Amino acid sequence: MSDSAVIDSPASRGAGSSPAPRGSRQRQGSTRTAVRLLPLVPAIALMAVFLAGPIGYALYGSLTDAALSGYRAVNPNFVGADNYTRLFASGDFWQSVWLTLLFVVASAVIGQNALGMAVALLLRNGPQRLGSLVSALVVTAWVMPEIVAAFALYAFFSTDGTLNALLGAGFGWAGLGGTTWLISFQMFAVILANIWRGTAFSMMVYNAALAEVPPEIMESAQIDGATGLQRFFRITLPMVRRAIATNMMLTTLQTLGVFTLIWVMTGGGPGTQSSTLPVLAFQQAFKFAQVGYGTAIAVVTIAVGAVFALVYVRVLKPEVD
Amino acid sequence: MQHRRTTRRATIAAAALTATLALAGCGSSGSSEDADTITVAYQRTSQFTQLDDVLNKAKQEYEAANEGKTVELMPIEAEQDQYFTKLALMNRSADTAPDVIYEDSFQVRSDAAAGYLAPIDEYLGEWEDWELFDDTAKQAGLGDDGSQYGVSMGTDTRAIYYNKNIFQQAGLPTDWQPKTWDEVLEAARAVKAAVPDVVPLNVYASKAGGEQTSMQGFEMLMYGTGDTLYDTDSQKWVTGSQGFTDSLGFYESVYGEGLGPQLDQVLDATWGSRVSTEEIPQGNVAMAIDGSWLPGQWITGENAWPEWEQTIGFAPMPTQEGQAPGATSMSGGWLLSVGANAADPQSAFDFISVALNKENALKYNTENSQIAVREDVASDPAYLDYNPSFEFFSSLVPVTNFRPATPDYSQISGNIQTAVESVVTGTSPADAAAAYDEGLVAIVGEDNTQAAS
Repeated sequence: MSDSAVIDSPASRGAGSSPAPRGSRQRQGSTRTAVRLLPLVPAIALMAVFLAGPIGYALYGSLTDAALSGYRAVNPNFVGADNYTRLFASGDFWQSVWLTLLFVVASAVIGQNALGMAVALLLRNGPQRLGSLVSALVVTAWVMPEIVAAFALYAFFSTDGTLNALLGAGFGWAGLGGTTWLISFQMFAVILANIWRGTAFSMMVYNAALAEVPPEIMESAQIDGATGLQRFFRITLPMVRRAIATNMMLTTLQTLGVFTLIWVMTGGGPGTQSSTLPVLAFQQAFKFAQVGYGTAIAVVTIAVGAVFALVYVRVLKPEVD
Repeated sequence: MQHRRTTRRATIAAAALTATLALAGCGSSGSSEDADTITVAYQRTSQFTQLDDVLNKAKQEYEAANEGKTVELMPIEAEQDQYFTKLALMNRSADTAPDVIYEDSFQVRSDAAAGYLAPIDEYLGEWEDWELFDDTAKQAGLGDDGSQYGVSMGTDTRAIYYNKNIFQQAGLPTDWQPKTWDEVLEAARAVKAAVPDVVPLNVYASKAGGEQTSMQGFEMLMYGTGDTLYDTDSQKWVTGSQGFTDSLGFYESVYGEGLGPQLDQVLDATWGSRVSTEEIPQGNVAMAIDGSWLPGQWITGENAWPEWEQTIGFAPMPTQEGQAPGATSMSGGWLLSVGANAADPQSAFDFISVALNKENALKYNTENSQIAVREDVASDPAYLDYNPSFEFFSSLVPVTNFRPATPDYSQISGNIQTAVESVVTGTSPADAAAAYDEGLVAIVGEDNTQAAS
């Protein structure tokens, strides 16, 4: 936006041009505020209808015993906090919370972030050709629709899939090649899958952030004798802190909501041993037809996401420069 | 000033209104609630095309006889478990609710209670063919209020299929008829020792398998123990029965000793269709507890397997210790129902009466290996001679059992599947049974359960 556009903005024009009588100034001020808020109305209306509405309705739904079929499908009863008491007393739920944290921390916070940063650094500092080759491969995983990526990974990890075929050909003598990855190492498989799929996003965010680090600062640090590692930890990281905070928040919340990948690869199984909160919520609501109970799990998932978001905002202080 | 403010307020209001209208526009779908179009929701998979054939035939016949009416077939391509979910979601909105529904008998009471189905007594009264349906068929469509909510298409029974070639290699008799569960397990062990490459005994065990795990799997065991899931006299669900734990114990033996399929096979949602179309025909399974409809797909169609008559033997599922009546089976079946939101229920019912007239019922009962519920079909030589397995599976009708028909059954069935899958993945039968009891109480409430005597 050019400077003249800023000067021309309605706010500055309104303040300068029409000198109104003193008494009506205040009233005019509030009118002006109202007018300035006008452009926000559609956005607020959209947020209210598509964001606050569903969350409010979910909160209400989680306090009922609504079902998919049967009497309670037509006339759900209001049951207060019953769903939550049942939920907090259930071993499956706590296992699911633990699996969700494991999945989020291992695949998003550590996996996607660290690998994304590594690939971004490689892109900037490594040999050009290698960099573009790696980034093209990484972005391929990101471009695929989630369901396609999920089927590809299912085909890769399944017992008669690609991974075992490769292992069987290369290490057949060591007894590898018959591992039931999706049964015996179910969390490992879905965590790897999510890292594979999500790294491109972090890579792109970090690549953009690294480009903003002024080269002269790096040069002066180099002249002062800082090693590569020191430059990275003491200059680069603090300077891209805000990008890290944003990226952490986005990848965490995105990973918290991952459903298709896990559902296609393991179905949340074996048993419930890879049922993260979204998978558990789906199973309870649509497989066991307990819509109210499933909704309660979804509400807890929202709360977990909010906690993560708060922690990031507090710890990384993206607004302080 | 006053005037200007009013204008501004009007502008705000107009903007808000526009936004609201735009949003409201998103909601109203273009579904045709047109009385001349009958929408039919049913299941179709690559293995299950027989119903699709019959409904297409009925569509042509109905449209030819009723000028101006259209039948819109809406096949839902999903395995059984997801079919129920999709159907329930369609039924939740009047815009998407179908007029004619392919409905599993165990869902009838539940869906009738939810107001998804329309009672059809008045139409049945005018349909002369209704007298030809047998009593079990009439029972199958009853709702809690005593009204009829569907017309039965046929019923089924379940038993053990065994591969005579594999049995020969394992030194087992080819006219094998086990008397107890132990004899079944003994045969499986003999197969495992002699023919290590095949799955000795397939019994469904996954949540992803849905109702097949409950009915072809667990309940085939449970109803042979002398205990029951639901006491029909007191109308209460039973907790803590020995039979329940013993049935899970059978699973523990099968999967613990490696007599069943691998976990990655059995936990896959497509395992059920793979068993009938690949694993049994390719000789990879020695014994399978499965439904009477399997030979239907071996007789004609894409999965035809003409050798089945020589290869496959049938044995009734024995009771646990061989107690009376010596064998057990489970029966279900599907119906065609009229949706509660049908614009013209009479037309919807008329379409059902065409789809299940003698000719079409005969076609469906033969091609899909159903046990006929229309007397005129059951006694027709064209039906009796079509499939050599009919005689065996019909002979199980005296010992067969029906699932508890309560609106809660579908949720409890999910709970059973959870218990079974937890046992095959390592939980002890006692713990899994305790978890089932806990889940059961949460679903039906303490007052509707009773401890096993």
